Amino acid sequence: MLTFVIEILVAVAAFGMLARSATQTNWRDSSMGNAIGFGLAFLILAYLCYVYFGVRGQFVRWLIQGVVIAGIAGFIFKKIGEFVGTEGSRKIFRSMPVTAAFGILTILIYAFVAIFANVLAPYGEEQIFEGVFNTLPGGDPATGGDPRFPLGTDQLGRDLLSRLIYGARNTVGIAFITTCLTFLLGATFGFLAAILGGWFDQIVSRIVDALMAIPQLIFALLLMTAATTIALNMAADGPVRFLGFIEVEGRTLVTIFMVIIIAVLDSTRVFRLSRAVGQNIVVMDYIEAAKLRGERLSYLVFKEILPNAYAPLLAEFGLRFCFVFLTIAALSFLGIGIQPPLADWGTMVRDLSQFINFAAFSPLAAALPLLAAGAIALLTIAVNFVVDWMLHRSSGLKE
Amino acid sequence: MADRSGTPLLKIRGLKIEGRSDETWTQIVNGVDLDLNRGEVLGLIGESGAGKSTIGLAAMGFTRDGCRISGGSVEFDGIDLVGASLAKKRSLLGKRIAYVAQSAAASFNPAHKIIDQHTEAPVQHDVDNRANSQKDAMELYHKLRLPNPDEIGFRYPHQVSGGQLQRAMTAMAMSCRPDLIIFDEPTTALDVTTQIEVLAAIRDIVEQFDTAAIYITHDLAVVAQMADKIKVLLKGNEVEEAETRKMLTEPKEQYTKSLWAVRSFQRDEKPAPAKDATPVISVEGVDGAYGPVQVLWDVSFDIHESHTVAVVGESGSGKSTTARVITGLLPPMKGVIKLDGKALPLDYRRRSKDQLRQIQMIYQMADTALNPRKTIGEIIGRPVEFYMGLKGRARRTRVEELLDQIELDPKTYIDRLPSELSGGQKQRIGIARALAAEPKFIICDEVTSALDQLVAEGILKLLARLQDELKLSYMFITHDLATVRAIADEVVVMKDGRVVEAGPKGEMFSPPHHPYTDLLLSSVPEMDPDWLSNLLSERGTDNIGDAALEKMDGQ
Repeated sequence: MLTFVIEILVAVAAFGMLARSATQTNWRDSSMGNAIGFGLAFLILAYLCYVYFGVRGQFVRWLIQGVVIAGIAGFIFKKIGEFVGTEGSRKIFRSMPVTAAFGILTILIYAFVAIFANVLAPYGEEQIFEGVFNTLPGGDPATGGDPRFPLGTDQLGRDLLSRLIYGARNTVGIAFITTCLTFLLGATFGFLAAILGGWFDQIVSRIVDALMAIPQLIFALLLMTAATTIALNMAADGPVRFLGFIEVEGRTLVTIFMVIIIAVLDSTRVFRLSRAVGQNIVVMDYIEAAKLRGERLSYLVFKEILPNAYAPLLAEFGLRFCFVFLTIAALSFLGIGIQPPLADWGTMVRDLSQFINFAAFSPLAAALPLLAAGAIALLTIAVNFVVDWMLHRSSGLKE
Repeated sequence: MADRSGTPLLKIRGLKIEGRSDETWTQIVNGVDLDLNRGEVLGLIGESGAGKSTIGLAAMGFTRDGCRISGGSVEFDGIDLVGASLAKKRSLLGKRIAYVAQSAAASFNPAHKIIDQHTEAPVQHDVDNRANSQKDAMELYHKLRLPNPDEIGFRYPHQVSGGQLQRAMTAMAMSCRPDLIIFDEPTTALDVTTQIEVLAAIRDIVEQFDTAAIYITHDLAVVAQMADKIKVLLKGNEVEEAETRKMLTEPKEQYTKSLWAVRSFQRDEKPAPAKDATPVISVEGVDGAYGPVQVLWDVSFDIHESHTVAVVGESGSGKSTTARVITGLLPPMKGVIKLDGKALPLDYRRRSKDQLRQIQMIYQMADTALNPRKTIGEIIGRPVEFYMGLKGRARRTRVEELLDQIELDPKTYIDRLPSELSGGQKQRIGIARALAAEPKFIICDEVTSALDQLVAEGILKLLARLQDELKLSYMFITHDLATVRAIADEVVVMKDGRVVEAGPKGEMFSPPHHPYTDLLLSSVPEMDPDWLSNLLSERGTDNIGDAALEKMDGQ
């Protein structure tokens, strides 16, 4: 076994050296480590091919197919963007990497699905079909599927495709609202702290420090446990009025509390970022010029500072959205997030998690929990692709 | 070495360099030839964007990110640097070719002691061991007349002054006794009194070791002191090349002549204001402090209508602090600021809109003074709307008027962002923004020091014309005495937070001077190539620049 490993390493090194000396201009100046990296990448590619055309490894096959399809979709989307739209947008698409194009395409699809969920979903969110629970995906009766439910059904007999589509609305929608609230809180206080400084900055910063000192998920769990009890008590005798104008039921109230809790906890990170960004901007001479002109605080924050902070804040928005989204999914997975029977991806993963045990015998069965998990992963990856690209652009790097 | 004396040390032929912007490669250096013999100093001059630094770096076989050498050859001692491998270049750079950057403060690693950074190159290149190169470093520091040469290397970069750091960097470049050093504007960021010491040190050491050098600068007077021959560049093309003396006395090309003529702009001194006239701004007995540290002591001067008062002094002398006191950003501990004879509230937040309007400011760095996310129309339009209450069409008309006044075409520029303008144009926008408030008094804080001389001259002329048209008063903060000579009516010399001398320009530029004024005046480089040598023989190395300053403090 050891000799086998050594042989492979030697082969990789030899391949790297060969490639390095064979090519003239670009590779000649690359370091040995670089060349070996290419060698390793080649090795991994070869291994993936071996698995792909082998007997086992259904998941690897799905993964590779998925990546290839995603790549092609991203590429096509980028090409379309290069020829359609205004001069400005075409220029952006030309300089965009395929990963970012794929990310944008995915986000657009998610947004579309979330907005038109009730049109797109074949069945209702909470609709239960008698006697068809635990149908496998694929829609082929021979492998345990049902043509009516292409992605199968869950243990109560609800259509998974419809639940996934409604889940996009619930999970993504709530995460989006939460992130917006997070930024409203964090950026406002961050910029104010940067521009006012002094005792205001001290007080807000120390509160934020205190909040950040407690592990976030555990703190959120703690607060949610309390909030759930309070919400259910409040709504014990039927719907209550929230903020004086909307009637809400107990489980909606829990969701509202969750949004507020996550927004407050996450806004600490946004506060730190916008304070740091703001501090770099407030020392600029144009801020001094505006102050000397006698401008009001609101003008300074919204007209002078904010336009210059868009790039880092937008990138942070993407990242923060992923974290919020994952936190909600995690809380739901633990049973205290979005309350059933509302469809939610985190809850779906938890409900179907038992099926992962069948992976060795029936890949299709194991795919049941992976559908919702995959939906979460795909969106997270897509947002990160876009954020990476935006960070790259705003940092002004060329290559 | 002697056997190669026939061939030049550095031979550049038809060098073409392209830079990438907006998805296309554009040529920024169009085929420049250059020859440099051993022990020779070549001055590269031109305005920004002429490709001086790019050529300087290409002489090391290096290009910045987003640039590439697209044609021509760079031969150093018979080695082709364009096609050389990275390993080959690595063995040359630092050892046989060294580079001195514009800002030593930004180029030293703040986490390591100076001497550790100094010894890195000799040790890496196997020139010498650590102990020996440390000893050598101290010797070099001694030669460069750094204070405490045996000890200064063991400090961190932030513990020594800018001029000393620049000299330490020169010493570092010398550490392997290279054949070629590239100086990229080594004194541009320094005060005149510091600059002169660095210049003397660089020239001395380059002569002692017979090192060839390329000296890049936009200051003609400096290059006249340093170079054996001068090459003038314009937009990536060579304009002309000649021996220093010949170039200074009989330039051939029109562009060179215009460069040489820059310093001739001079305004007549205005007659002194009437004795009983109320000054527009008067600063009376101001003491200022940043927290517990007092930086201004009893500063007083008057600025009259249509007059320009130049406030001169080196960095840290309190010029800009005085400006901050006048604007109200830094309320003084003691003293009064009067506008038209009436005392102003000391804090700008308590001043009325009209009082704020009367005092405007133009900043040194136009890059940071203009909001990069706003169009020119918005930047100039805001004070128009804020103070004059003009909106919509009226506002746009007024902005167009202002753009006309600063000699920029309104149609072309009104919708552009600051990043789409050149340095001089940005500074003009800064002026327009100040004018938009229709003030009586404008503070110009080093407005020309970040600009090339030709562009700076244009700005000075514009300011002079505006003053005549609009009866403006200027407080002109600068450390460049050539600018003072060009535009000032009265001069206030500051040192260590005190006014050491004040009076009309004519008196200031003729003796007798206060010793500090004298030092400042004598430190301004002149176009005469013998100026530095004469000054050194006249005063001795210990009586110029900061060394003289320290003596003055001791008295």
